[in-house]
Amino acid sequence: MIKISNVSKIYKTDSVETVALSGISFEVKKGEYVAIMGPSGSGKSTLMHIIGALDSPSSGDYFLESQNIAKLTDDELADIRNRKIGFIFQAYNLLPRISALKNVMLPMAYAGVSKDERDKKARLMLAAVGLADRMFHRSNQLSGGQQQRVAIARGLVMNPAILLADEPTGNIASVQADEIMQIFDDINRQGHTIIMITHEADIAEHAKRIITLRDGKIVADKKNGSKRKHTR
Amino acid sequence: MELDEIIKESLSTLGLNKLRTGLAVLGIIIGIGSVIALISLGQSGQKSVENQIESLGANLLTVMPGGVSSGAVRGAAGGGTTLTVADAKAIESSTQITTIMSVSPELQRRAQVVAGRNNTNTQIYGVYPQYAQIRKINTTSGIFLTERDLTSMSKVAVLGPAVVTDLFGEGANPVGESIRVNGQMLRVIGVVESKGGSGFANRDDIIYVPLTTAQKQLFGVDYVSSIAVEAKSQDVMTQAQDQIGYLLLERHNLSDPANADFSIFSQSDILSTASQITTTFTMILGGIAAISLLVGGIGIMNIMLVTVTERTREIGLRKALGAKKKVIIAQFLVEAIILTVTGGLIGMMVGIGISWVLSRVMSLPFAVSALSIALAIGVSGATGIIFGWYPARKAAGLQPIEALRYE
Repeated sequence: MIKISNVSKIYKTDSVETVALSGISFEVKKGEYVAIMGPSGSGKSTLMHIIGALDSPSSGDYFLESQNIAKLTDDELADIRNRKIGFIFQAYNLLPRISALKNVMLPMAYAGVSKDERDKKARLMLAAVGLADRMFHRSNQLSGGQQQRVAIARGLVMNPAILLADEPTGNIASVQADEIMQIFDDINRQGHTIIMITHEADIAEHAKRIITLRDGKIVADKKNGSKRKHTR
Repeated sequence: MELDEIIKESLSTLGLNKLRTGLAVLGIIIGIGSVIALISLGQSGQKSVENQIESLGANLLTVMPGGVSSGAVRGAAGGGTTLTVADAKAIESSTQITTIMSVSPELQRRAQVVAGRNNTNTQIYGVYPQYAQIRKINTTSGIFLTERDLTSMSKVAVLGPAVVTDLFGEGANPVGESIRVNGQMLRVIGVVESKGGSGFANRDDIIYVPLTTAQKQLFGVDYVSSIAVEAKSQDVMTQAQDQIGYLLLERHNLSDPANADFSIFSQSDILSTASQITTTFTMILGGIAAISLLVGGIGIMNIMLVTVTERTREIGLRKALGAKKKVIIAQFLVEAIILTVTGGLIGMMVGIGISWVLSRVMSLPFAVSALSIALAIGVSGATGIIFGWYPARKAAGLQPIEALRYE
């Protein structure tokens, strides 16, 4: 479903060229649960931006559901992000002044879904992440874990091809972090494809496959079946 | 995303920072308010000038002598000596001229006038008794000149209120007193009511004497400086103008109208000239006020740029969730337009209020045109689009990664 083919990303600042990714190739199939690991500066954030259609590669191709999206316009990329990718950010990135429900409705508003439909779906999603009683709270009235659950509801509400999570538990206390990872496991079991960027080994253990990056190259790509039941 | 949702969202965003929103709107209120107040004031002034000119007689034609032609040089209208009482009498008695009611030749000169120890320099008008009727002049005390005064060359005078004040003091009744003009003693027989005007057009700073007295006794001339003709109605003004023109050309032995040694003005000619002047004046006032609107617009732009910077992360998130450029542009443009149109509507009410107060204070007629209302809404909306466009474009052009990273 995802095919990254010989993708490079080079940042040019004045005279200095920084190679963030150099000729990376890999595939992710539907229903996979992949963790991308690596120390800071390994290029994992750049890779996530490219997978998330937030940025375009300098060279190479990126096929998402057999559509090459390496060379689309800004508005076409916006459409891809809206329909095919659900984002979970480290800092949640909810709009602070509006209710949890409105936050979850936002991607559907950009997709042109009718208001009634938006309301119905958003309520279902919030109930699914256990926030049925917090729908009308503004996001700045919620705890970190609750905010991230709202973000997961928002990320899934368009039923995207990939759920793309960037350090999803980085800002959350460990008890709540376990709850979040539990939700991820459940989502994956229901058939959603998850790609998660993290530098924490015990978080990466939840994934079924771990790709390790270093200096813009893949240094390891292995199945992770053995410790599947691991919990802290 | 529907427009009504964007508007709703913008309103709640603007409501979050009420002081800032209020100050941004204030700039537009002042801008639109002053444009409307000054344009209304200009229009009131225009109406007042028109009323004044019309009060002097709307059916009035004035025949002025043309300048003496010498070779290719032609003197200014009003400077010549080519019109006489005989011309006036011919106009009055001509059987070809069917459209006029009365004719009044006038001789206008400035002279020094003395009464007791006071003296003043004023306009002396030698006129026919009909002048009072044609120019709609009423006396506040005494009487106007009579037919007998004219035929017997009486040494009598009717004074304008400003002359009375200059010579006899405010509110005095000078009827029966004497004044001295060019060495001749004249007896005051009446005072006319105030007509307003100021400077050289002051119709109160004036002394009326019989035309015969002015020509023979005071100034020793036999021409007249103008002939006032009252047409039967406003509809026959052009016809009367033509008839008088042909008669005078014939009397002055001129075949080519281009060489005419006289000109005929109607009150409407003067009215349109005056209107032109006041319109220009209104435009200048409006232009000055428009500068404050420009400043208000720049204030809106400034606030919108600050807003875009403050909400960089929010914009990045919206773009990451799939907001297209035009949605982001619409969001910020709608906010700017809400600010300016709100300011425009309040400014319109403030402007109308100010012009109402001013028209009361300056006793001008109160005029609010549909134009100023259309202007308030149109211009404020346009201001929002013009000054909101750049910040909105800036917001829409933000790259989602950069924006999400922004702290």
